[in-house]
Amino acid sequence: MKTIELEYDIVVIGGGTGGPMAAVKAKEKNPKLRVLLLDKANVKRSGAISMGMDGLNNAVIPGHATPEQYTKEITVANDGIVDQKGVYAYASNSFAMIEELDKWGIKFEKDETGDYAVRKVHHIGSYVLPMPEGHHMKRVLYRQLKKARVEITNRVVATRLLTGADGEITGVMGFDCRTADFYVIKAKAVVICTGAAGRLGLPASGYMFGTYENPTNTGEGHVMAYHAGAELTNLECFQINPLIKDYNGPACAYVTGPFGGYTSNNAGERFIECDYWSGQMMMEFFNELEGGKGPVFLKLDHLAEETISEIEHILHTNERPSRGRFHEGRGTDYRKAMIEMHISEIGFCSGHSASGIWTNERGECSIPGLYAAGDCASIPHNYMLGAFVYGKFCGENAADYVAGASDPRVDQDRVQIERERVAAPLSRSEGPTPFQVEYKTRRVVNDYLQPPKVTRKMEIGLQRFDEIREDLDHMVAEDPHELMRAMEAHTIRDCAELAARASLFRTESRWGLYHLCVDHPEKDDENWFCHTNVTSDSNGNAKFRKREVEPYVVELNDQEKVAYQRLRVASPATAKAA
Amino acid sequence: MTITTTRTQAPVVVDDDKCIADKGCTVCVDVCPLDVLAIDLVKNKAFMKFDECWYCMPCEKDCPTGAVHVNIPYLVR
Repeated sequence: MKTIELEYDIVVIGGGTGGPMAAVKAKEKNPKLRVLLLDKANVKRSGAISMGMDGLNNAVIPGHATPEQYTKEITVANDGIVDQKGVYAYASNSFAMIEELDKWGIKFEKDETGDYAVRKVHHIGSYVLPMPEGHHMKRVLYRQLKKARVEITNRVVATRLLTGADGEITGVMGFDCRTADFYVIKAKAVVICTGAAGRLGLPASGYMFGTYENPTNTGEGHVMAYHAGAELTNLECFQINPLIKDYNGPACAYVTGPFGGYTSNNAGERFIECDYWSGQMMMEFFNELEGGKGPVFLKLDHLAEETISEIEHILHTNERPSRGRFHEGRGTDYRKAMIEMHISEIGFCSGHSASGIWTNERGECSIPGLYAAGDCASIPHNYMLGAFVYGKFCGENAADYVAGASDPRVDQDRVQIERERVAAPLSRSEGPTPFQVEYKTRRVVNDYLQPPKVTRKMEIGLQRFDEIREDLDHMVAEDPHELMRAMEAHTIRDCAELAARASLFRTESRWGLYHLCVDHPEKDDENWFCHTNVTSDSNGNAKFRKREVEPYVVELNDQEKVAYQRLRVASPATAKAA
Repeated sequence: MTITTTRTQAPVVVDDDKCIADKGCTVCVDVCPLDVLAIDLVKNKAFMKFDECWYCMPCEKDCPTGAVHVNIPYLVR
C-alpha cells in the first residue's frame, strides 16, 4: 500500500453531475487554478446520470414559469421548511443553465416554433422539459472537462477530509479501489458532489445493488463532511420514491404524466391528483398500497399506440434503459397491462427531498473552503438541473475563495490515523466480510427506520448500529475491491445512525411519509417549524440543534400554503369503489 | 472461523468470441460504475467478477464489438 501525495488548489469529489460542472466553472473563472476531479468510478459513466436523463424536472423557463412561482412550489412541497434564498438562487439561474447546456450540445425537446416544450407535472406550475435524446449527457460533460483542462483521477474512493487549525479545509484522503494505494491530496478548497446516500435501506428484492440510486453512491460525502465538522441538515426527511416493483427504477410518472399516464390503484382508478414526488404524495401512495386498494400501478394501457411507442422510446433508451428488458422478461407490455409499482427503500437525497450537507445559496458549507452541490447538498428538490446550477456556484465561489487562501498545512497525525483505518481490513485474515456487515446494517435500517417511524424501534436500531460499529473493527477484505466495500460499510453504518438520531430528534410528523412518526402523529409548527442541523461534537457524538427558517423572499398566501395537503382525488374513485 | 464463498449467477455475460480484450480493449471494465468487471488474465477476455450490478448498461452500450449483454439480476428479474 503505497502513499501518493498530490497538491491542488481545488479538489472536486464526484464526477457525476454537479462535480464536472463545478470543475469546469472553477477553471473558467481562473484557468491558472490546479483543479482535480476525483471519482470513485470513471467520470465517463459515473453518477446518477450514467446513462443520461429523460428530462428536466425543474426547468424555470420564462413564459412557462417564474423563479417566484417555482420558489413557492418547492416551499409548499416541503411543508414550508426551506431556505428560500437557496431555492430562489437556483430558480433564477435555471434558464441560463439550460441555455448553456443547449449550447454545449445537450438536446431538449422543442416545439415547432423552437420554444422549449415545457409540460406540467407539479401541483401548481409547469417545469418539466422532456429530453427524449438525453442519453448523451456524460459525453457532453466529458468534452467540456477536456476543453477546460480539468485533471481527472478515476477509481479513487475519498474517505476523509483534512482540516486546519481554524477548521478550514486543507485536503482530502482516500484510496485506489484497484491498487489500495493511499492518497493524500492537499487542497485549499473541496467541492463535494458525491450524490445520494443510496445504499442505506435494502431494496425489497433483496438484491443489495438493486437500489433506486446508483449504488456507487453510498453517502461518502455526507459522512466526510460530518467527520470534518460540517453541519448536515434535515436528515430525518428521508427519500422514499414510488418505483417499478422489483426493478426499483422510476416508473416514470413525470415522463408519462404529460402523455396521459397516471398512478392508479388495483381498480385502475386514479387516486392522486398530482404525480410530482413529495412527502404528501408518498403518504397517499403508501396509504393506497397498504390500505387494501393496492397494489398501485402505473396506468398506460388506455393510451394510443403512437403515444405508447414514444413513451417506450424515452423510457427504454434513457436514464435506466434496462427497464425495457425487465418488462420483456415478465411479458409486461404497456399496451396491455398496468405496471406494478412499489415504494423504494429509504435514503438521503436532496434531489427529491430536503436532507444533506448544509449549504447556503452560494454552495458554501459551514466550514471554510468546503462546498457541496447536487443530491448530497441540502438545497431541496434540486434534481439534475439544480446539481448543475449549484455545481456552477460551488466552482466559481471556490475559485474566488482559494485566491485568498493561504497554503494549507496537512496534519500528519490525522493522515496516519486514516491510513491505518483504511489499511486495516486488508491486514486481517479473518472476521466478518464487508458483504455481511453491509447486509446486516441495511436490513436493520429496513426493520427499524422505515416509516411509519416508531420511537422504540429507532432506539433498538441504534443499539444494533452500535454493535455493528464494533464489527467494523474486525472486518476483513481480501483485495482492494473488497476494501472499497469495507469502507462503504463504514459509511453506510454512519448514515444509518444519523438517520435514526435525526428521526428521534424531531418529535412531530412532517413531510408526509418521509417523517411520519407514530408517537408524534401531528405536525407541530409551534415547536418544529425549523430545520434540524447535526454536527459531530468533540467526542465524535452527534449534536443536534434547531435552525430557524429564514424569512421568506417570496410570500405565500393561505391557499398556496396548503396546496400539497390536498393531493388525493376528491371523491369519484372512492364513491365508485363503495 | 473460515471464510466461504457463495456462488451466484452473474447478470453480465461476455461473448468470448466477440470480446477483444486480448487486443488490449478494456472499455467495459473502465466504464462500470461499480467496478465489477475484470479481464481474465488466462483467457484474456472480460468477465463479471463481482455480482454487484445496477443493470445500468454502460458496459453493453460502450462495448465496441457488441460482446457484452446485461441481464437483469435473478433476484430482481
